[in-house]
Amino acid sequence: MAETVLVVAELADGKPKKITYEMLTAAREVADEFEYDVAVLAIGSRLDADALAETFGARGADVLFVADDDALAEYAVEPYAALLTQLIEDEEPALVLFGFTPTGRDLAPRVAARVKAGLATDITGVRLEDDEILFIRPMYSGQAIATVKIASDVKMATVRPNTWPVAQPGDGDAADIEELDVDDLPEPRTDVLEVEVSQSERPELTEASIVVSGGRGVGSAENFKIIEELADLLGAAVGTTRAVVDAGWRPYEEQVGQTGKTVSPQLYFAIGISGAIQHISGMRTSKYIVAINKDPEAPIFKIADYGIVGDLHKIVPLLIEEIKNLKEAEV
Amino acid sequence: MRIIIPMKRVPDTADPVTVRDGRVDLAAVQTWAIGPNEEYAIEEALRLVEKLGEGTVTLLNIGPEEAQETIRKGLAMGAHDAYQCQDEAFDTLDALGRARVLAAAIEKIGDYDIIWGGMQSSDTNDAQTTIMLAELLDLPHVSAVMTVEEVGDGFIIVRAEAEGGVKKVKVPTPCVLAEAQGPNEPRYPSLRGIMGAKKKPLTVWNADDLGLDTDELEPLVEVLTLEPPPARTAGRILEGEPEEVVRELVRLLHEEAKVI
Ligand SMILES: Cc1cc2nc3c(=O)[nH]c(=O)nc-3n(C[C@H](O)[C@H](O)[C@H](O)COP(=O)(O)OP(=O)(O)OC[C@H]3O[C@@H](n4cnc5c(N)ncnc54)[C@H](O)[C@@H]3O)c2cc1C
Ligand SMILES: Nc1ncnc2c1ncn2[C@@H]1O[C@H](COP(=O)(O)O)[C@@H](O)[C@H]1O
Repeated sequence: MAETVLVVAELADGKPKKITYEMLTAAREVADEFEYDVAVLAIGSRLDADALAETFGARGADVLFVADDDALAEYAVEPYAALLTQLIEDEEPALVLFGFTPTGRDLAPRVAARVKAGLATDITGVRLEDDEILFIRPMYSGQAIATVKIASDVKMATVRPNTWPVAQPGDGDAADIEELDVDDLPEPRTDVLEVEVSQSERPELTEASIVVSGGRGVGSAENFKIIEELADLLGAAVGTTRAVVDAGWRPYEEQVGQTGKTVSPQLYFAIGISGAIQHISGMRTSKYIVAINKDPEAPIFKIADYGIVGDLHKIVPLLIEEIKNLKEAEV
Repeated sequence: MRIIIPMKRVPDTADPVTVRDGRVDLAAVQTWAIGPNEEYAIEEALRLVEKLGEGTVTLLNIGPEEAQETIRKGLAMGAHDAYQCQDEAFDTLDALGRARVLAAAIEKIGDYDIIWGGMQSSDTNDAQTTIMLAELLDLPHVSAVMTVEEVGDGFIIVRAEAEGGVKKVKVPTPCVLAEAQGPNEPRYPSLRGIMGAKKKPLTVWNADDLGLDTDELEPLVEVLTLEPPPARTAGRILEGEPEEVVRELVRLLHEEAKVI
């Protein structure tokens, strides 16, 4: 059998999430160069394996490994890591890809330590040369870009969301389905007692193609209404700064930056945000950055593609109107 | 209650780093600091011990001699004692190697209830060490922890980030927590704290002391070279009346950038 790139799929309600399609693109990039196969691992409960095999097959996967059991409905590191360890020992893939997402961040280091594989974190690119896969990844919160080599036979990487394009369906055949043994999986050692989902309508912050972030300049929790309105108009996620979280205006889950989330959307609005180095480290790889700030000297303008100097309380409502006009003109 | 905090010494995140000749110029670093995630972990751990009215917070670092200054900052915040793993062989560790050294030190330290590290360091950004440590010690772990809410008999309940929200998780002790950011701003050391820190015990161990075979610490992940990121140059500042600049911005986003 050819060597394999294994993609650890992320599913929501049994359907692949965007990151899974992005990982497929990354996997094909490596597989095409080295003539490897691409395999996908789908873990869950009551999965439609045929539909997944078709979806992934059309996007370049050769094999679909399925682990289906009621006990696997929710992610838990113990059973997932056990499954993956067994699969890696059996198949010895050349490369295993995870998302740099809450699940991938939790799972990949456990598995890497167990099978003694080198793991490259949050990769934004691969370089393929002389039979070698090199990984490109930010370090120092994006202030340095590293080229990394992994010495182990099985190599692992977590993939930064919004970096590779989503794999599009071609005319590939459905992937071959292989069912994995789900007997005797270890029980989770942790017990999730309660989940408070803060907002379900808006896209996940790290996956959103547009992020609208408001900083201390917004002025109050109440004033964030205009930030939310702009975000909802654009189908965007809401982000914020640590200053705002510390003030208690927004929850920590929305914080972008050094000790918050790293985002890489197509479009990032920084509204009433000064542009401290710890904030910039979480959003500097956004494709386009728009800054709205009343202080022309604010550091955020140094990295913004488009800037407006002015009072956000005036600018943002105008912006909302103008985007509404645009949307109306389009339909 | 004994809490051990694996603590890295990192360049202060407020200062830009210099990338030169394929490396980060560490000689150019002006201020060294406690890793941001660990600073939060220390704060939450100290509050927990204060609330319980008993317990100790122990700092554990792998680093050079000079890192002791930063360890003392943690002691000045209120941590009770510290251990440092210091050996030339530790200069080139990858995350798995760091986890191995930390695991050996923790086993030597002995009894503990919570290992409370950071989710992701601000220098190498590996986001691996704490969870690998849990694996090597065969302990349960929770990622992206904010704080410990409750301590029970043989378990704790932590508040952590969930996808799109927050969750409460019950985990048996001993366990490993990977801290993201707590609800409380890390405290500044008081003058008394700084004076007291000088007298607190700081034990140094090398590879031999830890019974580690340095051949087994060879990194699997090697950074070949570092480059500065592609420059993000300042773009266009739109000037004029608010109505005009907003119209122009929307036009540019729609027609030029094609992102809305
Ligand atoms: C270890 C460490 C980790 C950190 N991690 C993070 C992190 O993860 N994320 C993060 O964001 N920060 C982080 N910080 C904090 C960071 O240093 C800054 O303090 C923070 O980003 C500032 O937030 P801000 O821009 O909202 O507030 P400010 O810096 O107060 O900026 C507010 C801006 O709003 C503008 N403004 C005010 N009123 C108006 C108006 N009416 N119209 C238009 N503009 C207006 C002002 O000109 C100003 O530029 C961290 C700091 C440390 C030390
Ligand atoms: N040299 C070190 N000494 C002590 N703890 C460390 C060291 N390196 C990493 N850690 C711990 O592991 C966490 C994650 O680091 P990393 O995997 O490097 O991103 C850090 O926040 C620390 O808690």
